[in-house]
Amino acid sequence: MASEKGVMLLDFWVSPFGQRARIALAEKGVQYEYKEENLTEKSELLLKANPVHKKIPVLIHDGKPVCESLIIVEYINEVWSDKAPLMPSDPYQKAQARFWADFVDKKVYDCGSRLWKLKGEEQQAAKKEMIEILQLLEAQLGDKKYFGGDSFGFVDVAFVPFTSWFYSYETCANFSVEGVAPKIAQWAKRCMERESVAKTLYDPKKVYEFVCFLKKKFGVE
Amino acid sequence: MVASAAVRLFGMWASPAVRRVEWALKLKGIEYEYIEEDLSNKSSSLLEFNPINKQVPVLVHNGNPIVESLVILEYIDETWKDNPILPVDPLERSKARFWATFVDVKCREESRKAFFMEGEEKEKAIENLQVQLKALDEELEGKKFFSGDHIGYTDLAVGWMAFWLGVGEEAAGFKANYDLKFPNFSRWMKDFLAEPVIKDNLPPREKTVEFFRSFKQLGSCTKVNQK
Repeated sequence: MASEKGVMLLDFWVSPFGQRARIALAEKGVQYEYKEENLTEKSELLLKANPVHKKIPVLIHDGKPVCESLIIVEYINEVWSDKAPLMPSDPYQKAQARFWADFVDKKVYDCGSRLWKLKGEEQQAAKKEMIEILQLLEAQLGDKKYFGGDSFGFVDVAFVPFTSWFYSYETCANFSVEGVAPKIAQWAKRCMERESVAKTLYDPKKVYEFVCFLKKKFGVE
Repeated sequence: MVASAAVRLFGMWASPAVRRVEWALKLKGIEYEYIEEDLSNKSSSLLEFNPINKQVPVLVHNGNPIVESLVILEYIDETWKDNPILPVDPLERSKARFWATFVDVKCREESRKAFFMEGEEKEKAIENLQVQLKALDEELEGKKFFSGDHIGYTDLAVGWMAFWLGVGEEAAGFKANYDLKFPNFSRWMKDFLAEPVIKDNLPPREKTVEFFRSFKQLGSCTKVNQK
């Protein structure tokens, strides 16, 4: 990799993990070059920047790669520390933020994928699990404006990209996020009022089109 | 030194994730009260402090619970600033976190499969583990420890492999063959286990092998609730 000055993001348009990085960069007002990857034919640059996982997103800052979306968000927060802090300063609050971001990481994407990949009893089990996940997150959010309190923070960045997938989850598994976790639904709307989020997330119907494409590709239904 | 009552650690003697936290506490010279949990009969305190995952380790500091061993390590580093275990530079920090997540998610998954499964699935898991060990071996090129001249966050995160990989192999009868193929990693394992804080804080080997042997016979992947 050339040690070019500047910031580049290797990404895939609909990836919620990539969107975490995009939202963090936008919150911090960082200029960067976006490079769309073809995941069926990964670029030399991607394979060199992330030889271990060969996955997006990868942030390349002055020629040095940073991999894994939550690690990228922490990196962005630490480097561009003068604006829009995404982490609380108190170590205990930070630990809480890391726990919940990790919770989103481990639970939401996998369970969400099972909602559109599976049918019958297995899908019902995934639906039950997703409702539990959403309700746990709702309990954590409580009556706060954001997971970060008054300021948009680490957990908000970690979770908000998945809100554009809610429509797909609801349609595939026949339930309503607003019905099972109304505070989460309201939080999602509040987040969309932020420019960083509104400019990054795709229309839920467009995400659903992508899910339908994946379903066909995987021979589901 | 911090008064023991202020810091409490809920753990289980055979758990690598719990030892990871103890190594960090000892490196920093933090005094703490250790509470052994019977994971087949969890205490009401544990369930109160970690209602979501109901697992060990749980660090309770001034009554506040912190869970997930890697989250606990970062908390310890940020709260007790002597003998830092994470680097200061953001890029180095991102690399340290990268390798920690890699071993916790990927290596643990494959070593768990190699341990519990048989036949083709076991072979595939061992193969995958060797690819992962190769990456770790390359990362160690030119370095005594992952964190440099002294052990740090990454070493503490990878540390379970230095002891528990061998234990798992003996208990379940497989070999990842790291001594021959991965000289840097092999050397690191010896150096890591020789560090005083680590050497004096490992479970007894025979007892641990026995524990995992009967664990495997139970045939379940979820019995040791540790993170």
